[in-house]
This record gives sequence, C-alpha cells and structure tokens, in this order.
Amino acid sequence: MSVEHLSGGEMIMRSLKEEGVDLIFGYPGGSVLHIYDALYQQDHVEHILVRHEQGAVHAADGYARSTGKTGVVLVTSGPGATNAVTGIATAYMDSIPLVVLSGNVPSWATGTDFFQETDMIGVSRPIVKHSFMVQSVEEIPSIMKKAFMLASTGRPGPVVIDIPKDMTAPTEKRPFEYPESMRLRSYSPAQKGHSGQIRKALELLVQAKRPVIYAGGGSVTGDASGELTELAKRLGYPVTNTLMGLGAFPGTDPQFIGMLGMHGFYEANMAMHNADVIFAVGARFDDRVTNDPDKFCPGAKFIHIDIDPASIQKTISEVEVPIVGPTKAVLADMLVMLDEVQMGQNAEDLAAWWQQIDGWRDSQGLWTQDRFERTDMIMPQDVVKTLYEVTGGDAFVCSDVGQHQMFAAQYYKYDKPRRWINSGGLGTMGFGLPAAMGVQFAHPDAPVAVVTGEGSIQMCIQELSACKQYGLPLKIININNEALGMVRQWQDMQYGGRYSASTYQDSLPDFVALAEAFGHVGMRVTDPAQLKQAMTDCFAMKDKLVFMDILVDPNEHVYPMQIATGSMRDMWVSKTERT
Amino acid sequence: MRHIISVLMENAPGALSRVTGLFSQRGYNIESLTVAPTDDPSLSRLTVTTIGDDRVVEQITKQLNKLIDVVKLVDLSEGAHIERELMLIKIKATGAQRAEVKRTADIFRGQVVDVTPSAYTVQLAGSSDKLDAFIEAIGSVAIMEVARTGVCGIARGERVLAL
Ligand SMILES: Cc1ncc(C[n+]2csc(CCOP(=O)(O)OP(=O)(O)O)c2C)c(N)n1
Ligand SMILES: [Mg+2]
Repeated sequence: MSVEHLSGGEMIMRSLKEEGVDLIFGYPGGSVLHIYDALYQQDHVEHILVRHEQGAVHAADGYARSTGKTGVVLVTSGPGATNAVTGIATAYMDSIPLVVLSGNVPSWATGTDFFQETDMIGVSRPIVKHSFMVQSVEEIPSIMKKAFMLASTGRPGPVVIDIPKDMTAPTEKRPFEYPESMRLRSYSPAQKGHSGQIRKALELLVQAKRPVIYAGGGSVTGDASGELTELAKRLGYPVTNTLMGLGAFPGTDPQFIGMLGMHGFYEANMAMHNADVIFAVGARFDDRVTNDPDKFCPGAKFIHIDIDPASIQKTISEVEVPIVGPTKAVLADMLVMLDEVQMGQNAEDLAAWWQQIDGWRDSQGLWTQDRFERTDMIMPQDVVKTLYEVTGGDAFVCSDVGQHQMFAAQYYKYDKPRRWINSGGLGTMGFGLPAAMGVQFAHPDAPVAVVTGEGSIQMCIQELSACKQYGLPLKIININNEALGMVRQWQDMQYGGRYSASTYQDSLPDFVALAEAFGHVGMRVTDPAQLKQAMTDCFAMKDKLVFMDILVDPNEHVYPMQIATGSMRDMWVSKTERT
Repeated sequence: MRHIISVLMENAPGALSRVTGLFSQRGYNIESLTVAPTDDPSLSRLTVTTIGDDRVVEQITKQLNKLIDVVKLVDLSEGAHIERELMLIKIKATGAQRAEVKRTADIFRGQVVDVTPSAYTVQLAGSSDKLDAFIEAIGSVAIMEVARTGVCGIARGERVLAL
C-alpha cells in the first residue's frame, strides 16, 4: 500500500481524527490560515469559533474537565497565542489535559520581529507540561502523538505545539503515517503504586483512632471516585473534599464532612486539625487548604497518594507513607488488600470520633442549619441552595471566581465527579462562561449552570455571542452584589472597610438588556419570594440561554474563613464569632 | 548545603531553557551551570551547583525529573565524587610581581598560558574551593579578569550516570 502524502495542515486534521477528536475551539488568523483551510475541507473535526482566544482555552478546558478527554485549541500567532495564555495557565494549575495548537510566523522569519511574532514556546514555558516547535512537516504526526500522550497521561496538563506557517503550506506534501504508540525514554509515569507502601498505608489506616480521608482533584482527574467511595464506605471513615475534589465522594453521603480549607466547613477543618491519620488521595496540601503549614494538623500521620512525586512532601515535611501512583490503581489495590488486614479493632475509637464530628456538625455545620442571617434582600447562599433544589442536584455547575464561587462550593451538594467545574488553582475570573460552553458541547442535553458574579462575568462576556451562534442553552446565575465581593470582604476584614477599587459606582450594565442584545433571554430577580419560581422558569426554558441577574445582599461575607497564619481550626465562623 | 546535580537531558532545542527556567520560576538558586553534549550526541549533560536544605534539594530533583526533556539525573553530593572547575585568570604582572604570580600559580598547580609585558594569564583546574583560594591568594588588586567554567563532576567508583 502506498503511503499517503499530506500537507502539514492536513496532517494536523488527520492526527486529530486519529486521536478521536471531534471538536476543537479556536480563532483564525494569518499564521493558521493553511490549517483553517485544511479544516474546511474535512468533516470529522468540528470547529467552534469563540470570541476571544481565552474563551477557546477555557471552553476546551471545560470540555476536558467534564469528560476526562483532552481538549483541543487552535489559535494564531502573536496576539492569538498571548490571549490564550491565561487559559493555558488555568489548565496547568488544575492539571487539565489540553493540546494547544498555536500558529507562528514562517520558520525563515523566526526571530526577526516579524508581524505577529511571539516566542510562544518561551512565553508558555512555565505554564505547560511540555511544548513542541514543529521544525519539519514530516515530524507533525509524531509530535501530535506525543502531545496527546503527554497531555493525558501521568499528571495531566496542557501541551503547546507551536507551528510555523510554512510547516502547513498546502503545496508541501509529505508522507503521513500516524504512529500507533509513542514512547519517550524520559517519560514513564507510574502505572501502579508500590505494593509494600500500599500495605503499610492500610495497616496505618485500619489502626487509626481519628482518621480523615482528604480527597482532592487527583481523585477526579484520576477517575478514582468509585474506588474512593467504596474504600471510604468499607472503612466507615469521614471524607472531606478539596475545592477541586468536590464530587469525588458523594456530597449527600453522611460520611461526607464537607469541603475543607480557607472557606471549608467547620467540621472538616476541625476534624483535620484533630485527626491522628490523614489519608490524602490526589490532594496536594496547597496553601488554601493547610493555612500555616507549620501548625497544620499537629497530631497527624500522613498517607499521601499522588501521581506526581513532586507533590509529595512539597509543603508539609513529614509524610509517613508516600505512594506514587495513579489514584485509581492504588485505591483498587487497597480494596483488594483490605481483605487481608484486620479491620474493626478501632471500632470504639471510631464511634467516639464520629460522635465528636457530629458534635461539630451540629454546632456549626453549614448543612445542618442556616448559619447566615437573612435580610430583606436575596442572600447569595439562598441562590445556590435554590439552584440545588431546582436542578435536583444534577446540574453541571461551572463557576467563576469570588464569593459566589465559594457559596457554590459550599451549598451545592455534588454527588458525582466532573459536575463541579471551577478554576481552583489559578482562580481565573472569566473562566465560568467559556468553560460552561465546553461542558454544554460535551453534554448537549444536560442542564449547565454558570454561577458567576457581575465582576467575573464581564471578563469573558463576549462569549454570549458564541453561545448564540451555537445555540448553547446555558443558564447563567449572576449573583450580583454590585461589587468585587471577595475583594471587598478582605477589605472589610483587613483594611478597615476601605473599598479601594472594589465597586463600580453605578456603572454596571443592564444585564437583562445585555443578554437580550446578544439574542438571549434576560431575567432580573430582586425579591427573595420570587427567587424559586424565577429559577424554575429559567430552567424550564430548556433550549434557551437564560441570563438571571439576581440582586443579592451586598454585605454578605463567606464563612467559615480561616484566620491567616493560624492552624486548620482557627476560623471566623461569622462576622463576629471566631473559634 | 551545596549540592552538585548532574542531569542527562535530550539534546533538543529549548531543553536548556526549561531547566534554567525551572530554577528561576521556583526560586531555586544556581551557583554555577555547565552544559555540553555527551558521547551520545542525542544527550547533553548539564551540571548545576545549588544551595538549599534537604527539602529544597528534594524538590529540585523531583521538579527536574518532571521535565520531559530530562532523562536521568544524580545528586553527586550524595556520594563520593570528583568535581572540577576550570578557570582562566588574567593577572597584572610587572616587576617583582611577575615572579610572585608565577610562584603562586605553581603552588596551585596552575599554568601560565599567556604572557604580555604586564600580565600573565593563568589556567587553573580543581575544585571550586581551590579556585576561590587562588583568587584570594592573588588578591583583588592584581586581578584583571576571571573566566570560570562552573563545576562539572562525576561519581567515584563504578557508579555512572548514563542510559
Ligand atoms: C482575572 C482575575 N483578576 C483578579 C482576580 C482577583 N479577584 C478574586 S475574587 C475577585 C472579585 C470577584 O468579583 P465577582 O465576580 O463580582 O464575585 P463576588 O466575589 O462578588 O461574588 C477578584 C477581583 C482574579 N481572581 N482573577
Ligand atoms: Mg460581585
């Protein structure tokens, strides 16, 4: 059989097809016109035209987070590539698999400050898992293969492929053969955990008197939710999830003690502080969890599963049992070995531990009773609680960044992984709407909500136009407190209420009119009594994008809030009470 | 503590900047850095000396290992090893100083590799400490220029850093 000859542009399209990619997000420009022309002449890969390259990356990211597949982006050189940077950094911080194809000036013009030239390899270097610069047409298939392999295996992450324009010229045809598999001598992520370590971990676990399972984003990206849940159920231990781990263990399960960390649940933070064994599953002990690492969980021994050895002992110094490996495989091995270790010796201690945790829950738990006071305005917490009721807990919730994000993390109970989509690591305002587009493309019939604030939504609001073009029926829940609420909360708490640059002085747009101008439905809600009906009506419009502008009490703060430089248990639980 | 980390990496464009970028990005310090291809032209060997406590050095080696271009590495300071640095140093040498500079170079087993009526250029190889000591002995007044290569090193005995 004779080998096919293809141009670089065609090779890219064919490689995408070989990788099973049927959807990419992008924006054209001079350097990628050959690729766009190849795109036009095939019908396997659909291209979604966003309105800003940041939106393309977030959309591919949302697609990846909600499916586990690799998201693909195509942008032009210079401004197209630099516009993508925030999106790439967002994906990098949360270990999301992406392949970003960025055009560049012709190879012969490299380094001459050519029109729209940016050193994208250099610009993106600190925020990618790896990057490639195409230096010959022949190497495109192997680079594509490597890029998809690297993005999706081990600790996932974004991979950039920089493509000089002459590498995709339609006249330059070269033999195309897509490699079946690809090995890199320098890359061999762990496939399994060390069985000796796993046994040690189990022995420590079954003897624990005050255990906590602390599960993070690695249990979601590692698709380990099923194993995690089974192990936790068999052990009968309390489980807390990080912001990135929400949904890895079912939120409605009685063993779930809530999110932990800076705005974590009182019972979760107290349990962590008092634990004797902490079992970290794909969580990286980051600063929004630990508070002061020197005061973190003083009596605890740690077991830590992570695919990335560099995450182990990065922020906390002593880990009793480190296990490098994929969360899914390690937990599966643990489940098998669990039959060989004797369980139940700690039953009495465990019962006492649960009693203590339930006491914390009863006294301060966010789900046991309302911990906030209602005014005559809509409370932001009630917006999320209503969203939970109206969607039956089964929506994809894509969040922006700020107070609304924390309320969405606290008050929506996530029973399944990949339903809570948020920028945890980078904290990127503007993420929510474009990410939700990616989610809706992947799940056309599912309810997809964007929980946002009037600040965040304005950062990528141009994507309302893309939503119109593709008929995406997103439900935008704009928790409008007329301020950069999270900033203002810090200014209230630490800067004597001096609201430096956190309000807009009556300049906010009429969001209803704005939504309508984009061809969508706009709704404004100000009356607490009408909130539920309005939201029910909103979700009843199944095939329309509805923008709900919900005016809420501007003075509300997010609690609990850990007190900086303190331990896990040092928290404000309201404006006036602290632990 | 001072560590000498030797890294085998792909001899590929951009690989060096990934390594150096990692150090600045994560706030690790670089005392010296050398890099050149090995007998296998597809591999470069990079040697970096850095200062940090055990935690930091553990992170450095783990983060380096994470780079896709890094094939293998070793912290030479963990075992017996040989380290060498080469220095070319230009020294003012007139009158009585000429003999003094020559004698000092001899003591340090350096060689005078270039001569003018007013200057000697001395070549000296050894541990970084030895080069420091020579500089100290000559004194800053007499030194015109210093060019050092940075440290390269290799483990003693049978241990090798190779594929
Ligand atoms: C791109 C970006 N710029 C700045 C910040 C800092 N920041 C964090 S939360 C926040 C306020 C967000 O305001 P809004 O979207 O209205 O949410 P709210 O806190 O009011 O619920 C700001 C400015 C950020 N996270 N991202
Ligand atoms: Mg706001």
